[in-house]
Amino acid sequence: MFDRRDLLKGAGLTAMAATLHSTKALALDTVTLPFANGERPLVKYPQKRPMIGLTSRPPQLETPFAIFNDGPITPNNAFFVRNHLSDLPYNLDPDKFALEVKGKVDKPLKLSLKDIRKMKATELIAVNQCSGNSRGFFEPRVAGGQLANGAMGNARWRGVPLKAVLEMAGVQSGARQVTFNGMDGPVSDKTPDFVKALDIDHASDGEVMLAYGMNGEDLPFLNGFPLRLIVPGYFGTYWVKHLNEITVIDNVYDGFWMKSAYRIPDTPNNAVEPGTAPKATIPINRFTIRSFITSVPDGAKLKAGATTLRGIAFDGGKGIREVQVSTDGGKTWVSAKLGKDLGKYSFREWKLPVKLSAGSHELKVRATGNGGETQPDTPRWNPAGYLRNVVETVRVTVA
Amino acid sequence: MQRTVLLAVSLALAAAMGSALAAPVNYKTPDEVAAFKPGPNLDVVQGNCSACHSADYVATQPPMKDKKGFWQAEVTKMIKVYGAPIDDADVGKIVDYLAATY
Repeated sequence: MFDRRDLLKGAGLTAMAATLHSTKALALDTVTLPFANGERPLVKYPQKRPMIGLTSRPPQLETPFAIFNDGPITPNNAFFVRNHLSDLPYNLDPDKFALEVKGKVDKPLKLSLKDIRKMKATELIAVNQCSGNSRGFFEPRVAGGQLANGAMGNARWRGVPLKAVLEMAGVQSGARQVTFNGMDGPVSDKTPDFVKALDIDHASDGEVMLAYGMNGEDLPFLNGFPLRLIVPGYFGTYWVKHLNEITVIDNVYDGFWMKSAYRIPDTPNNAVEPGTAPKATIPINRFTIRSFITSVPDGAKLKAGATTLRGIAFDGGKGIREVQVSTDGGKTWVSAKLGKDLGKYSFREWKLPVKLSAGSHELKVRATGNGGETQPDTPRWNPAGYLRNVVETVRVTVA
Repeated sequence: MQRTVLLAVSLALAAAMGSALAAPVNYKTPDEVAAFKPGPNLDVVQGNCSACHSADYVATQPPMKDKKGFWQAEVTKMIKVYGAPIDDADVGKIVDYLAATY
């Protein structure tokens, strides 16, 4: 069941981890993420290739980073999985599935999957990234899912604009927000159900989508089959999975997952002094701009001479204007060649031929968006471990 | 393992046949192997924490300087925020176990 390529990738990761923690003998079925207490099992779930296992109930899976070097689209079987609540709809029947649209609408709806698939379809390539992606790198460390950089992915989503469904239902005047609930639920009825909200203007912008397709296939079960919300440019917390309940409301939703969780400091750059608490917070929203080197893992040994560095960049929806690379620890920077533009919400590939002399090198990559925003040289910090977008560094030894 | 393969195949088949012939998903996760480490009051921890989540939620948390403070805050969050029905008498036992074991 492990195909050869997966095995090679697993071995590569293990080798990479071994260079970082050379005293540990690692089995093929374990990876060690590069932070304290980063040892994780490689696990195999139905519809998924071997993934980095964060938790098993509910399932949470991180994408092995080497996969991001295979191309700008993340395969469905490698796409990360994040859940909050353990009662997942493991036995849902797609023929009986119904999406309810209710609240402040003229005509409440119950749409079957067939109804939704009959509507005019739209497609969009967009990155989904967990709010806590890269949380394991925060210093000081913070509680929560301890992820490296693999809780992100880029897919071609197929579905219908939320706007079209809201128009069918007829949003009433005075509507302020739309809430989204999925079929997953808590084990205890005292645990707040996972419900998220968007402002009505955002929900009706024509880009927010109800998706049933992902990279030409049905959504994998763990990625929200049969229907999930796509909120381009926004963190994954809004991309509600197994979506079956949409409610238009005339107030600002005050449920736990909006009012108390997934909040960022209401400060410049949404950062605070490391180890301190913010005075005021706002709901997390758009991605910060990020870029990565995907062709060379940290700790790699390279041959002296010419090599081509490759990677990806993305932001919260303005699109990538420039990617610069440094091979001397940030002293000098050279612009990389950008790959095909798959849309402003997509990963943008980049590559740059470089010549490396013998010795140790710090390779760095920095993206600039069409709005002019770029990545900071030193990490920004917030108590929940969100929004990481420091300039990434890959240390290599060249001989 | 074999059961997983069969299910993966049947899921793939269901996907290939399209939504018209879809059957209930019946998604099977692998057996849960994560377990709480041996330690004081292990039974109390298993009885309270395992109801809602697997042990790896605990095991993957970062090593903190103030272990007791960190785990006290986590247990309090589970009770106050997520509504975990933990008896007052068990709270200290759980915090002690977590601080001593992780």
